[in-house]
Amino acid sequence: MSAPGNEDLQQHRPYLLRYAVLQLRDADVAEDVVQETLLAALEGRAGFSGKSSHKTWLTGILKHKIIDVMRRKSREQTLTPNEGESDADAIDALFKHDGHWQQFPASWGNPERALEDKRFWEMFEICSQRMPERTARVFMMREVMELSSEEICKALDITPTNLWVMLHRARLSLRACLEINWFGGPGK
Amino acid sequence: MPSCKEVSKLLSQAQDRRLGWREKLGLELHLKLCDGCNNFRRQLDFIRAAVQRYRDGGKPR
Repeated sequence: MSAPGNEDLQQHRPYLLRYAVLQLRDADVAEDVVQETLLAALEGRAGFSGKSSHKTWLTGILKHKIIDVMRRKSREQTLTPNEGESDADAIDALFKHDGHWQQFPASWGNPERALEDKRFWEMFEICSQRMPERTARVFMMREVMELSSEEICKALDITPTNLWVMLHRARLSLRACLEINWFGGPGK
Repeated sequence: MPSCKEVSKLLSQAQDRRLGWREKLGLELHLKLCDGCNNFRRQLDFIRAAVQRYRDGGKPR
């Protein structure tokens, strides 16, 4: 692909914005970061190698900018530890003392069908926002930005054990929320 | 054999790192016997795919 023009870049704005909002949970900050990304891309377009698509290239720039924001937040401690119960306590609460599930995960049948239902996505948004902020951010770094454990630990200066507890909690809580509110609740 | 709690942790971590053979063995044994944890395993894959689909704008308008 040849060096992109401004219009080529702008058409990816909605995608970039959705990506940034998911990760940053703040529409204003997301808007700023996307703006910076498009500017940086425009300035650096001569360096576009053409080896990837414009979208992939832009996403790469955006990722770096988001990681910078996350690193800054982590350093400034604005990414505060979760209020209330810790991640480990939240996990413990879902299991009995002997390690069995309090509520065994039910079968969701054919969950892919839900992906075609607009209301499912509304519930999905609600459930992903129900996690504590810090847990959610870490989860999105892993699942939206697809950063490796090493990359996340380095950016946030946390240990792998710490990270895996947060990811475990995030997945458990998203799962439980979807089961209760969409897939019919335990026992069905 | 690992408990459900332990298995749920291993299944989650399997999405983030390579498990050791001992961990895999315990996991497989437990999963042969436990429907709940099998459901959980499938749900983790589903959740991962759903987040990516959401990011890529695949939700119906």
